[in-house]
Amino acid sequence: MKGNKNSRRDFMKKVGVTLGAVGVSASSSVLSSCNQVEQASGDKIKLLTSSGELVEVDKAQLKPADMPSLSENQKRGRKGLTGKSWVMVIDLSKCRNARECMKACQNHHQLRPEQHHINVLQMQDAEHTAPYYMPKPCMHCDNPPCTKVCPVNATFKREDGIVLIDNERCIGCRFCIAACPYSARVFNWFEPRDAEKYKGVTYNIEANVPQKKGTISKCLFSADRLRDGKLPSCVSACPNSVYWFGDRNEDAVTNGTTNETVCFSELIKDNAGYTLMEELGTKPRVYYLPAKDRAFPFEGEISGHKA
Amino acid sequence: MNAIKSPKDQKKVLDKITFDLTRPIVKRDELTRFWFFLLIMFVIVGLWGWIIQIDRGLGVTGMRDYVSWGMYIANFVFFVAVSLIGFLISSALHLLKISWGKAVSRVAEQIAIAAVALAGVIIVMDMGRPDRFLNIFFHGRFASPIIWDVSVVVTYLTISVLLFYLPLIPDLAMLRDKEDLGIPKWKRRLYKTLSLGWKGNAAQFKTLYHAMRVLMLLIIPVGLSIHTVTSWLFASTLRSGWDTTILGPYFVAGAFVAGASAVIILMYVYRLRYGLKEYFKDYHFDQMGKLLVFVCLVYLYFNINEFLVPGYKMKTAEGIHLIELFKGGYSSMFWLVQVVGLVLPIVLIVFKFFRKPLPLTIISAVVLVAAWFKRYLIVIPTLEHPFLPVQNVPEHFQHYAPTSIEITITLFAFVAALAIISILAKLFPVIAIWELAEEKGIDINQLTEEPKIN
Repeated sequence: MKGNKNSRRDFMKKVGVTLGAVGVSASSSVLSSCNQVEQASGDKIKLLTSSGELVEVDKAQLKPADMPSLSENQKRGRKGLTGKSWVMVIDLSKCRNARECMKACQNHHQLRPEQHHINVLQMQDAEHTAPYYMPKPCMHCDNPPCTKVCPVNATFKREDGIVLIDNERCIGCRFCIAACPYSARVFNWFEPRDAEKYKGVTYNIEANVPQKKGTISKCLFSADRLRDGKLPSCVSACPNSVYWFGDRNEDAVTNGTTNETVCFSELIKDNAGYTLMEELGTKPRVYYLPAKDRAFPFEGEISGHKA
Repeated sequence: MNAIKSPKDQKKVLDKITFDLTRPIVKRDELTRFWFFLLIMFVIVGLWGWIIQIDRGLGVTGMRDYVSWGMYIANFVFFVAVSLIGFLISSALHLLKISWGKAVSRVAEQIAIAAVALAGVIIVMDMGRPDRFLNIFFHGRFASPIIWDVSVVVTYLTISVLLFYLPLIPDLAMLRDKEDLGIPKWKRRLYKTLSLGWKGNAAQFKTLYHAMRVLMLLIIPVGLSIHTVTSWLFASTLRSGWDTTILGPYFVAGAFVAGASAVIILMYVYRLRYGLKEYFKDYHFDQMGKLLVFVCLVYLYFNINEFLVPGYKMKTAEGIHLIELFKGGYSSMFWLVQVVGLVLPIVLIVFKFFRKPLPLTIISAVVLVAAWFKRYLIVIPTLEHPFLPVQNVPEHFQHYAPTSIEITITLFAFVAALAIISILAKLFPVIAIWELAEEKGIDINQLTEEPKIN
């Protein structure tokens, strides 16, 4: 069975490479490679799609084809990356509301402007304490209230700690939104952004793209990028070295801006790291370092109520 | 009740009862036609609204990422609540041998069936992907309260239909055999099928009584679960306003308030429209009034617990929620519901005058409307105040207001429930004839079997 699958994959790979060499690849995978919008080089190339159509594509958008089938994608997406235990550390003393994380995230996950997988909030804990910026992704709780209430197992906890969504299965009951105390989840109330553009593209569970009308979405720690050995989009996009990301099993986290790697437990211990609303017992995987010694003034405006 | 002695008198009384109670089935007038026309129109408009919603997405509603449950869920909770009266009247009162309940039990079952059916429909209309409804069965996770809810709603609907249907069989058999009442032929043919060849002998009655008793016992845990589980949809989350331990009994008590008032209104409608003054007597209204005041008192007790205790402590998130209810944007709705919809009815119904049919019906209408707004207050304000601030989204994400599509679909749900009740009332007697005869000491077997022996 295993050998079979391997040989099939090898075959697919060979086909992909060979065809890729002559510039032939499925139009769907070409489109899905547009996730990161790259600069058009101007050179066009003619391609034959799997359905036999001749199309013209910009050379810069070409990428080797390695899209697994939907069921294969869902299967490995549900399992996660064996041996890993992902954690994120957000250093609040560094965040100055650049919002590059939000932009990168919305591009990666094809979100509308009002949809946030990561949202930089302007916080003030008490009347006389200093306000600060707080990026808020999904906490990827180890005791997740959202996956507990899902009636169809469309949102689930993987073995590497990531809470993922299968929007091919989600029925849109929105119980998980009600259950999440961190308001981390968004819903596709309308046709998603670029719905026309990504029509027919194979669903990638680890990026939750293309988004689907009537289903849930939320931060996934860019599980597709992790599989490729990259840091999550938001972490890489930050210009202010706010984010650290890594594997708790290795006890190491890497800064997305400086690429410096440090010991996770020491970072948390030395800087009095904490988790959000730990009293709720959700056991978040996202840690915060307090907003101390801020080198710049808070320029935001506290809006919305606070609890 | 004095037993009527001579068989002749007995037959006379039975004939009168049968005649009076089959009038609604026979009657065909302009008003009925207009009523059904109205119902069908509203149902069509509502379904059209749903088609628009499916086409454009749930964004046509006022719901957004923070207030992600709105009026549909309030409707769902309301319908589940109203349906619970079927269990209280046709099971609990029967088992307690409270005989006046028999006259209203079919009314209560009509309401139960219509309400629980529409609870099921409205929840599907709230889904983002109704086309994936069957995923609940293919991929159902039993750890999710939604699966519990689906299970108990379906079970409750089944038992309610059976509790409506089984006591109907002797009536159907009797009407099937009577040709002089003017019942349309197709209805009698329907009765013939539905009466399952009922002969009315002792063995059959014994089986019927046994089956009814089993169902009445079965519906107690199911009835209690249906609304308790519905409350757990909220109580199982961490949100302030929902995260309380008394939500189960609080919902059940509130359900009886809504359901009892619905039964009183429907009794009054039947009494007026079908001229059933001698069947839904002042006595029945008086008793229903007492029942209503009793369940209202229980509900008041739970309300005091629900608001006074957290209000005393004012924990951060809870405090924001409570201030919003007590003196914020929802305060007028909140106080109207609590005072006009609960306290005032209790004070009034305690007096005998207000338990007379008309005053009691008016009060019940107020209570029922307040019960709907109460569900609205349970669902929406909590969601408007999550733990973390609502930022970087359009202004309307923060506050929920239902859109015209939501109102249309809500109207559809209510009209569809009324349509089910109307159809049941036009098809079957609204009071069990044989039970009424039995109460009056008439031996229905003898009377119906006699002619065949001769």
